[in-house]
Amino acid sequence: MAQMNLLQAINNALDIAMAEDDSTLCFGEDVGHFGGVFRATSGLQEKYGKARCFNTPLVEQGIMGFANGLAAQGSRPIAEIQFADYIFPAFDQIVNETAKFRYRSGNQFDVGRLTIRTPYGGGIAGGLYHSQSPEAYFAHTPGLKVVVPRNPYQAKGLLLASIRDDNPVIFFEPKRLYRASIGEVPEDDYQLPIGKAEVVTQGNDISLLAWGAQMEMIEKAAEMAAADGISCEIIDLRSILPWDVETIANSVMKTGRLLISHEAPLTSGFAGEIAATIQNECFLHLESPIARVCGADTPYPLSLEREHMADHLKIYEAIKRSVNY
Amino acid sequence: MNTDIYKEGQVVHSPTFIDGHSVDIPILKVLKQDGSVYEGAQLPELEKEHAQKVYRSFVFHRVLDERMIAAQRQGRISFYMTALGEEATTVGGAAALADQDMIMAQYREQGCLIYRGFSLEDFMNQMFSNEKDLGKGRQMPIHYGSNELNYMTISSPLGTQIPQAAGYAYGQKLQGKDAITMCYFGEGAASEGDFHAGLNMAAVHKAPVIFFCRNNGYAISTPSDEQYVGNGIASRGVGYGIKTLRIDGNDILAVMNAVQTARKYALEQSEPVIIEAMSYRLGAHSTSDDPSGYRTKEEEAKWEEHDPVSRYKAWLLTQNWWDEEQDKALYEQYREQVLAAVKVAEKIAKPPVEDLVTDVYDEVPTHLQKQLDELKEHINKYPDAYPFTAGRF
Repeated sequence: MAQMNLLQAINNALDIAMAEDDSTLCFGEDVGHFGGVFRATSGLQEKYGKARCFNTPLVEQGIMGFANGLAAQGSRPIAEIQFADYIFPAFDQIVNETAKFRYRSGNQFDVGRLTIRTPYGGGIAGGLYHSQSPEAYFAHTPGLKVVVPRNPYQAKGLLLASIRDDNPVIFFEPKRLYRASIGEVPEDDYQLPIGKAEVVTQGNDISLLAWGAQMEMIEKAAEMAAADGISCEIIDLRSILPWDVETIANSVMKTGRLLISHEAPLTSGFAGEIAATIQNECFLHLESPIARVCGADTPYPLSLEREHMADHLKIYEAIKRSVNY
Repeated sequence: MNTDIYKEGQVVHSPTFIDGHSVDIPILKVLKQDGSVYEGAQLPELEKEHAQKVYRSFVFHRVLDERMIAAQRQGRISFYMTALGEEATTVGGAAALADQDMIMAQYREQGCLIYRGFSLEDFMNQMFSNEKDLGKGRQMPIHYGSNELNYMTISSPLGTQIPQAAGYAYGQKLQGKDAITMCYFGEGAASEGDFHAGLNMAAVHKAPVIFFCRNNGYAISTPSDEQYVGNGIASRGVGYGIKTLRIDGNDILAVMNAVQTARKYALEQSEPVIIEAMSYRLGAHSTSDDPSGYRTKEEEAKWEEHDPVSRYKAWLLTQNWWDEEQDKALYEQYREQVLAAVKVAEKIAKPPVEDLVTDVYDEVPTHLQKQLDELKEHINKYPDAYPFTAGRF
C-alpha cells in the first residue's frame, strides 16, 4: 500500500498497463514529454519511448479517429481528451464509429481495446468549458461503456479494468479530486469490476446515489442528515453504462426512498434514466417520489458556480423533503 | 522544435501574396484511350496472368453494377451504388497492393473486394441482408467488410475512416508489419474535418498510409467547383508535408504505377502519400439519385469516351493478352452467375432475432438480454407482424 492522490493512482495504472503489453499506447494533447497538463502521463514517455507515449496535433476528432484505427488494428490505445468539455469535436468518431464498430461489422472488426480518458466536472472555477460532465450524452450510445471513479483506489482499479475490457470505455476522471483526494492504493495490480455499483455506507431511511466527485457531496449531506437521526445508505454507481440496476433496486426496496445527485444539468441527465428504471422496478416499495438534485439547466457559469452546483446543502434539504413526504 | 520555417526562405519588405494556385501539379498518364502507351511512359509491373485477372475484375464489376441496379429497380434490394467510370481507381489500387495491406474505403470501392476475391455469394448476402451476410444484415447494401480480405467494414459517415487509417497504419508500423493501409475517399468527403485531422495526424506520426482520393467531379449534386477553389485535393497534401501525386483515374496503368510506387515509399520511408485520381462519376450517386437534375447528357457523353474499361481492354488487345471472343464469353458467364446468385440470396432467411442484440458489446449485457427476452415474448404474441423472426426461437 502507498499513499497516492488520484493522479498518481492513474499514472500508476497507466504504467502497469504499458509495462504488461507492448501494444499499449498513451497519446493526446501534451501527453508526451510534458506528461499531460494534469501530469497524469508523467514519466511514461521516458520509460516507454516516444513511439508509445506521444503528443498529438491539437485535433480531438483526429485523436479519436487515430485511436479507433489503432484499436481496430490490434493495438491497445489509451487516448486522452484534455478536458471532457472538448470531447464534442470527437463525438462523431465516438458515437458513430467507436460505439458501432463491432455491431456493424458483424464482429469482424472491433475497437474493444480502446480506452478514452478525460478529466470532467466542476467546482474549480473552470467556467463553461472546463467544468462539464457530459456522461449522459454517451450513456445514450449503445456499444460504449462509461466509468467514473471517486477516489485513488477506485481510479486505479477501474482504469486497469477499463484498459483490459474488450469494449471501448470512456473513463471520466473527477479533476476536482486529482490532487485533493488522497488515499491508500495497493502498488500491485488489481481491478475493480465495471458495471457494478458499490454500497459505501449502509443505511435504512433513504438511498443516496451519485458518482465521481459528487460522492463527496452526498457523503457530506448524509452526515448532516445523520445528526437529524436520518440513516442514509450511500451508493457509488461507478459505471454509468452499463449500470447496476440490481444493487440500486435492492437498496431502494430496503429504504423505500431514493435521491440521485449529479453535477450535470437536470434535464435528460443520467438521474432521469435511473429514476424511471427504479420507479418501474420498485413501484410498490417507494414511499416518496424519487428526488433528483442536479446542476441547474444552464451552461456551467463562472461567478455563480456555487449557485449552479448540486451542493451538500441542496442535497440535505432534498433528503429532509423525501423523508418527511 | 522545428524553427526552419522562421529562418529560411526569401525575405520581402512589403506584403507579397503567394498565389493560391501557385502549386502546379502534373498529372500522370500512361495509357491513351486507343490502348496505346504514351511515348516514354513508365508501365507498372504487370504479368499477363495478373493483367487478365485485373480485366476480369473490371468485367465482373460492370456486370454486378448493371444487374444490381436492375434488382433495385425491381424492388428486390433496397439500395445500390454503382462505381461506373471509376473502376480503375479501385481494381487498379487493389491490384497494386499486397494482400496483407488494409483497405479502408468510403463506399464506391467494391472493385477492391472484387479483385481480392470476395465471393459473389458474399456480395449478394450483404445486399440482401440475409442470415449469411458477414455483417449479419445490420447495414445498408454495399456496406461491405471482410476481415479475411483485409477490407475494413464500410460505414456511412463520410471521412471518418481517414484518421482511422492513420491510426491503423501507425499500429502496423509499430508492430513491424510488412503492410500499409490504403484509405479511399471522394473529393466531397475531403471537405470534412476528418480529412484535415487524418492527413495531419499521419504526417506528424509518420504513418505508412496511402490516402487515395477519387475526385469524380461530384458529391451527389454538388460539382467540385462548389466543393473547393484550390488546386483540387492534391495541393493540400503539400501543405501537410505529404508526398503528393495526381493521376488520370481512368487510366488503370497510371493507377497501378502510382500505387506500386507509393506503397514502396510508404513502407520503406514510413511516411504517408496522397494520390488524387481525376475521374468522373458516370452513374447516378446512388439508386436514390437522378443526375439529370444537375448535369447534362452531353457532359456524361464526353466522359463516356474516357471509359477506363474499354481503354484497358484496348491495351490488352494490343498485347495479344485478350480477344473479343473471350470477352463476349466472360460477360455472358458473369451475367448468368450474378442472376443465379440473386435468386439464391433472396431466398435465404433474414438473421435470427438474437442478432439484434449480439455484438453491441463483446457479450450481451443484462439489460440487453432482458430486452431480447421481452421482445421474444412479444413476437410470440404477434407472430404475423414479425414474419422474419417468428417461430425461429
